[in-house]
Amino acid sequence: MNKEQITDRFEEILTGTFGVPEEDFAPDASFEALGLDSLDVVELTLVVEEELGVKIEDEELEDVRTVQDAVDKVADKKAAVSA
Amino acid sequence: MSGVALITGGSGGIGSAIARWLAEDGFTVLVGYRSNEEVAEQVASSCNGKAEPVRIDVTDEDSIAAAIDRAGDLGGLTVLVNNAGITSDALLMRLGTDDLDRTLDVDLRGAILASKAAIRPMLRARGGRIINVSSVVGLRGNAGQTAYAAAKSGLVGFSKSLAREVGKKGITVNVVAPGYVETAMTDALGDEQRRALTDQAPIARAVTAGEVAATVAFLASDHAAAITGAVIPVDGGAAA
Repeated sequence: MNKEQITDRFEEILTGTFGVPEEDFAPDASFEALGLDSLDVVELTLVVEEELGVKIEDEELEDVRTVQDAVDKVADKKAAVSA
Repeated sequence: MSGVALITGGSGGIGSAIARWLAEDGFTVLVGYRSNEEVAEQVASSCNGKAEPVRIDVTDEDSIAAAIDRAGDLGGLTVLVNNAGITSDALLMRLGTDDLDRTLDVDLRGAILASKAAIRPMLRARGGRIINVSSVVGLRGNAGQTAYAAAKSGLVGFSKSLAREVGKKGITVNVVAPGYVETAMTDALGDEQRRALTDQAPIARAVTAGEVAATVAFLASDHAAAITGAVIPVDGGAAA
């Protein structure tokens, strides 16, 4: 799964489960700007874990501010697993 | 609401009644105990439904995590009943600092730590119920129980705040405040103290553990989805 595909999955999850308006979605948007609070971001990591099979720990969220940050994190983890 | 219900202090008088009631309602019940494994096993086997004992010391975060992991193995935690409690009765002037610390540690800090650990599985389950067992003493005070009352009223502020944090995730947080219930914990009281307690309640009798358990079970049910941050006295009117 490449970064583009991961970004698409994030878009589906954010606009579906979290009700983010499609026109607001952008990879460089911060979760805060998309209306997600810290509890929403924790819930997002749980959904990502279920759907993409990648576990993101709470302490790793500190440097995750934008959708792109999260996509990069997931891509890194996917690469580490398949390597 | 279905899934796994964890009751801390599940081997005690009120806790065991709650365990039986929730098992009856179809939850898989984890009867939490700190030291009394034998009694917790008896409580679990007396439940009409799926139930098993689980060790949980609410002063120890690793112990809490292990109990919640067990709930995960059984399908995922959806109901947490913070019922574990101790009391150290003494007039404040004579209250030892160790007794004060221990009471706050178990009755208040323990409920907060267990609730914190419960939120993640409840987010995963897209909903949950946290029910904190307080006391009429936390609402109206009682001479000789300053530490216990402080811990039990602390649960009220805690629950109302957490209710505001997690409400939109389908998780409710409520307080049940029992009055005088005859259990092993109140056996230590003298006849006179007992009479004084029942005299305070308009119903002029002790509350039964089953009456407390029924209220907890209602709050755990789907019918109570719109009740959060509430304090429900089950005290025969003692705090009225």
